[in-house]
Amino acid sequence: MGLMPVLTKDFHTENLEQLAVYEKSGGYNGFKKALEMQPDALVELVKQSGLRGRGGAGFPTGNKWSFLPKGVYPRYLVCNADESEPGCFKDRYLIEKSPHQMLEGILIASYAIGCNLAFIYIRGEYLPQHEALEAAIAEARQAGYLGKNVLGKGYEIDVILHRGAGAYICGEETALLTSLEGYRGEPRLKPPFPAIKGLYGKPTVVNNVETVANLPHIVINGADWFKAMGTPTGAGTRLWCMSGHVNRPGNYETENGTPIRELIEDLGGGVWKNRKLKAFQPGGASMMVLLPEHLDVGLDFDAIQKAGSLAGAGAMVVMDETTCMVDAARRYVKFFHHESCGKCTPCREGTFWMANLFDRFEAGEAKATDVDLLLDIGYSIDGRSFCPLGDASTWFPRSVIKFFRDEFLEHVSEKGCPFKRTAQEAVA
Amino acid sequence: MSLAKATAEEIKTRAARYPSKQSAIIPALWAVQHEQGYVTKEAMGEIAKILGLPPSLIEATASFYSMFLTRPEGRHDVVICINAPCMLRGADEMTAYLGQQLGVRDGQTTKDGAITWHSTIECLGACGGAPMMQVDHQFEENLTPERIDAIIQKLRTDPAPHGARPPKAATVASVPAEKVARPRAKRTQA
Ligand SMILES: Cc1cc2nc3c(=O)[nH]c(=O)nc-3n(C[C@H](O)[C@H](O)[C@H](O)COP(=O)(O)O)c2cc1C
Ligand code: SF4
Ligand code: FES
Repeated sequence: MGLMPVLTKDFHTENLEQLAVYEKSGGYNGFKKALEMQPDALVELVKQSGLRGRGGAGFPTGNKWSFLPKGVYPRYLVCNADESEPGCFKDRYLIEKSPHQMLEGILIASYAIGCNLAFIYIRGEYLPQHEALEAAIAEARQAGYLGKNVLGKGYEIDVILHRGAGAYICGEETALLTSLEGYRGEPRLKPPFPAIKGLYGKPTVVNNVETVANLPHIVINGADWFKAMGTPTGAGTRLWCMSGHVNRPGNYETENGTPIRELIEDLGGGVWKNRKLKAFQPGGASMMVLLPEHLDVGLDFDAIQKAGSLAGAGAMVVMDETTCMVDAARRYVKFFHHESCGKCTPCREGTFWMANLFDRFEAGEAKATDVDLLLDIGYSIDGRSFCPLGDASTWFPRSVIKFFRDEFLEHVSEKGCPFKRTAQEAVA
Repeated sequence: MSLAKATAEEIKTRAARYPSKQSAIIPALWAVQHEQGYVTKEAMGEIAKILGLPPSLIEATASFYSMFLTRPEGRHDVVICINAPCMLRGADEMTAYLGQQLGVRDGQTTKDGAITWHSTIECLGACGGAPMMQVDHQFEENLTPERIDAIIQKLRTDPAPHGARPPKAATVASVPAEKVARPRAKRTQA
């Protein structure tokens, strides 16, 4: 347990973003080995490894690949580099430090599923990362890893780097595909799932950056090696993006199952300024808050779900005793309101009203009954929205009301934020 | 103002790579914004002509995405994040300081035309280095008032046009297909 650098093992190497340096550290050996294998055997290998998607939902990667209908071509692979979940910055790190590792993963996945044209959808704000990938693709093409006849093996693959333009919803796979087709980034109905009818109506696999970055290592070291790390249902490692009130925020690649305590207290150096831990939030803006009593829960999809939250995209936002939970929830709600694509009413209107109420609490204009009104609105969004963005917009605020209802009521009785008052008194 | 020949060419080259030319709408909008600093209705009409698509389609797409600008802005673009993880590390204080030093409100451009700034609730993917902002799309993390001062000072005196930056890794040069728009202005909405 603890730190276990697999994807990040060579990240201290200088100029790792350059092809020659990446190759020297064993880069592209995974792809070369994959090209010697039958595509079906690769799919089987990834299935056996137990790799689950790192984009949020934790869906088994090999299974996703095997859903592609037999004999239907062309097929597409889309690497999801839209990373916009508040609290997440791991894909950015993976791209910056080792764009070739991600690209090698994309090539392996493409070969395994029989795709000849792959896409990377990167969020518009990641311009330096876009440039890093652009350079990596060009280098790989020159070296013969991309092209009509890859390494003389008769396999054809090209990769198109596609830049988004500022829309969180385009991280959701169907909205991403709609956006990639040139439309407004609104989600589509599932089923049909992208594996059956995806990009341009063709069978498509959407995989996260971190997911594909695991592939070279699995191909080289085998399924058993991968399965030996982590937990029975959560093989391997994950990058945890730690932020908020810790002494050492940043990305930490830990073995799955490592206790949250170890991440926050040891790796993160504990809560900053010797303050007390109040709460933390795994998974990103969407996910429910957890409390100090959950510190011994393991960093693992299933364990975190059992504890009442979700591991999501691997964020760990730490909040100390001075945090106003109402204000934290308010920011997230405003984020979801801003990012709601507007396609369905529960999310479009519901996030608007939630944001409105939160502003009232912040301004000291809310009534005690507004807490239950918030819950009411939450119930009418969750499970009634077209896509998970709407549902997720209610999870954090509702969990905060569950554990910190008093703080809402204090905002009412004190006609404003009690934490801001304390802060002012401390300064005065 | 009509599109530069190079921009039109770039849009065509990009469109040819996609299985559907409609996929080139967002890349085309980036190319236009890179050249002209923002995207006018006229320019969208030109994109429509080049791609052989109805102008309404270009406009429908463009209006969905918050990074496409519809009016000219300052030479430099500063975006500061105020979402929760940044808030925890003092983003509000830094935002107030930034606004005070620039002397204009959120969303406005400084009198000398040097800087347009705004705060954003969209996390910019640098929460580990909070408080943070993006300056012409480069990450500036672990902000302090002193760092903000230094950045503003540099921007005010930097005459470079919006977003201009040195050419990237020489390896790219021989592969025109990978050449993409580097927008002159790029930002999200408040
Ligand atoms: C609102 C929303 C936003 C999402 N954003 C992202 C994202 O930025 N990056 C990502 O990889 N997956 C994101 N996802 C999950 C994707 O829909 C999809 O499950 C994932 O990319 C699949 O890749 P994986 O199987 O490798 O995890 C998002 C989902 C939702 C509902
Ligand atoms: S839930 Fe929100 S983001 Fe999803 S389709 Fe409905 S309006 Fe759009
Ligand atoms: S919340 Fe500000 S960069 Fe993530």
